[in-house]
Amino acid sequence: MATSTALPELRALLAGGAQLVEVLPEREYVEAHLPGAINIPLKQLTAQTAGALDRARAVVVYCWDSL
Amino acid sequence: MSPRAACRLETLDFTEVYDYVPGKADWLAHNLPVEGEHAGALTAGGVARDDVATCRPDDRIGDLSDRIERSPYGFALVTTPGGVVLGRLRRSALLNGDPAAHAEDVMEPGPSTVRPDAPPQELAQRLAKRALNTAIVTTPEGRLLGVARRQDLESASTQDGL
Repeated sequence: MATSTALPELRALLAGGAQLVEVLPEREYVEAHLPGAINIPLKQLTAQTAGALDRARAVVVYCWDSL
Repeated sequence: MSPRAACRLETLDFTEVYDYVPGKADWLAHNLPVEGEHAGALTAGGVARDDVATCRPDDRIGDLSDRIERSPYGFALVTTPGGVVLGRLRRSALLNGDPAAHAEDVMEPGPSTVRPDAPPQELAQRLAKRALNTAIVTTPEGRLLGVARRQDLESASTQDGL
């Protein structure tokens, strides 16, 4: 199961080279996203789209909030 | 949404997956930069000033008069050493209080605060409705970021063409 992370840990992960993925729809990503994040909307998350990610590095996903 | 995305990545054999559960809302609420079309949008955090006087709960109010007199807001904020806002100390409390009293004894506890990603126009309207001129801007954890003036918020709204 994926590890839940908060802001301090997120900063450390990013400093360590983690990949950041926003899973919200493209429109929301285009308006504003965390620096360096790529967009793979949940509805488009497949083996093919995930191929853009490096399996050897940590991946951090996020959406709008916890609700 | 992100928990399902994290699970999906694990089923795709990604072994080190994390879920930033508080998400973009939390990032924005900490006044952190973003990329994208809204990257340059003015927010309450963007117009907040850091010139508000602060003091600690155990400071004696007799020692704070000068600090508050020099403050452009007519009050000081009582904070922890980590910057978490505990209360507001108005000039009137100093004038009428015992100089030996501690700030925490005469402060107004738990003043209302706003997050830095609040839209300027909306916040300016909220302040106007309550006849207030300033909003205290903090992170979700209550750490002081600054004070946003209604006048600055109104100017920012105009600049953004709102």
